[in-house]
Amino acid sequence: MSSQLPPQAAGTEILAANGVGVTLSGRTILEDVSFAIAPGEFTGLIGPNGAGKTTLLRVLLGLQRPDSGTVLVGGRPLSRHNRAAGYVPQKVLLEPDLPLRARDLVALGIDGNRPGIPLRSRKRAEAVREMLHAVGAESFADARVGELSGGEQQRVLIAHALIGRPRLLLLDEPLANLDIRSSQEIVGLLGRIAAEQQIAVLLSAHDINPLLPVMDRVIYLAGGRVASGTTEEVIRTDVLSRLYGYHVDVLHVHGRILVVAGPPPVAAGHSAGEALQVG
Amino acid sequence: MGGLATRVFEPGFFTSGPVHVAIAIGTVVAVVSAVTGVFTVMRGQSFAGHALTDVATAGGSGAFLIGMSPLFGFVGLSAVGAGVLEMIGVQRARGRDLVTGLVLGVAIGLAALFLYLDATTTATSGATQQILFGSIFTTQASTIPVVVAFSAAALGAIAIAYRPLLLSTVSTDIAAARGAPVRAAGLLYMLALSLSVGLSSLAIGTILSTALLIGPPAAALRLTRSAGRALVAACLIGIGATWLGVLLAYDSFYWGASRQALPVSFFIVAIVFAAYLLSGLRVSAGARARAVAVAGAGQSRAAA
Repeated sequence: MSSQLPPQAAGTEILAANGVGVTLSGRTILEDVSFAIAPGEFTGLIGPNGAGKTTLLRVLLGLQRPDSGTVLVGGRPLSRHNRAAGYVPQKVLLEPDLPLRARDLVALGIDGNRPGIPLRSRKRAEAVREMLHAVGAESFADARVGELSGGEQQRVLIAHALIGRPRLLLLDEPLANLDIRSSQEIVGLLGRIAAEQQIAVLLSAHDINPLLPVMDRVIYLAGGRVASGTTEEVIRTDVLSRLYGYHVDVLHVHGRILVVAGPPPVAAGHSAGEALQVG
Repeated sequence: MGGLATRVFEPGFFTSGPVHVAIAIGTVVAVVSAVTGVFTVMRGQSFAGHALTDVATAGGSGAFLIGMSPLFGFVGLSAVGAGVLEMIGVQRARGRDLVTGLVLGVAIGLAALFLYLDATTTATSGATQQILFGSIFTTQASTIPVVVAFSAAALGAIAIAYRPLLLSTVSTDIAAARGAPVRAAGLLYMLALSLSVGLSSLAIGTILSTALLIGPPAAALRLTRSAGRALVAACLIGIGATWLGVLLAYDSFYWGASRQALPVSFFIVAIVFAAYLLSGLRVSAGARARAVAVAGAGQSRAAA
């Protein structure tokens, strides 16, 4: 399924999945998933709800062990010591009484994984201030994170993930529950960061359209399998139909892309009176 | 002025040996409880904290039976209980709730047995009273070094685990994805929690130790916006409640004609609860001020 990938020089990819398969309580979630991501690329991980996007991201992060296949980070197998990815999970439940200001959460991105109490320093505070500025979060830097709106929390979590200078940023459905304007702003912000800082961004979403202006490549996930490449290569009627295992149509409407299921075979057969081969 | 002072501090308060010991132990225990409790409240583990006090009851009453100091029983068994809770490590909230409830039930059963045996077979009177309601006024000064050592261990554990603990409060997935030692930090926290529960069981009794663990941090979280300030505020509230409680318990001896002192634990818990209620006033005032500010900003934006 990854045959559409243009040839990449060995070792240039920052993240590679080779034949990853995951089975959860007897159900196949992912099957022979392979793709590679190069530095500075903006990749959309697209697929319907329940397609396994979160599971795939968790495997890439080392939070879940795949049942088959391997994940390579910078050419080496993923281990606790080479986790180079920043991560923004889909559901981060921040209680309103959590005594953590936006700037504290961003500061935890510098060294929150290390033991001990953080020491205050001017350099640290300056780095946090710059990061808050970069994501447009200065105006609520001193508010508790649990009291911020969804879009504001998203900015702070992105700043938290980026301040550790990762080579790869993984975001799980960051646009879900955001209004159109906030989601446009977040996408613009991520596109700029990927280009400026040469950070590879892998973002999962169920709708491809908000990502079209910034996306370099797409990994489409359906039926546990993936197709990857450029939008033109992947978002096609034949490729997606093969992936879904039934006919889907890819429609282009005013520069936007719609993926719609084909006519339901049984119902169509009844109404039009023609026998459709199913299976 | 002198008249007021003698009214507030009844005769002998400043020279009383038991008062000195009570203040020393109370202060140390208040600090450990507050520091640990801030994380207990943030992690949503108040129920686990409460279950450990019941485990401590079993430990303390068991230690009494074999002639050991209850403090070692409190700390020892609650450390084991904390280990069990952490090892089982149920991820789903309902499963964790269930396991905690089961551990709590077993512990209370053991405590019931041990306290019965304490009362019927040992010569020591007042074991039940001492274990359930604390012994801050009857503790020997020689216990202070042990209390300080346990406290230092608890605070040390929290200090080592501080950043990973804070990060996993935000999200265990984020912490794990960054390679933070989530499991080790959780174990260190549970160690601190069991030490803290054991120490406060000694001071104000197993039944009431949850109040000192949860109350001051809960009030502090309402008043502060950063973890550092929450820790300081929780310590101040805890220390204040303990000192005031010791003073009122001492004074209560002179209140009625019966010349009987009321239990210090009651006063400490009552003051902690009052502090929590007062912190609520501050929060609603703050919320109002914010609402007004937001409305004002909206209006000026609309005007522009």
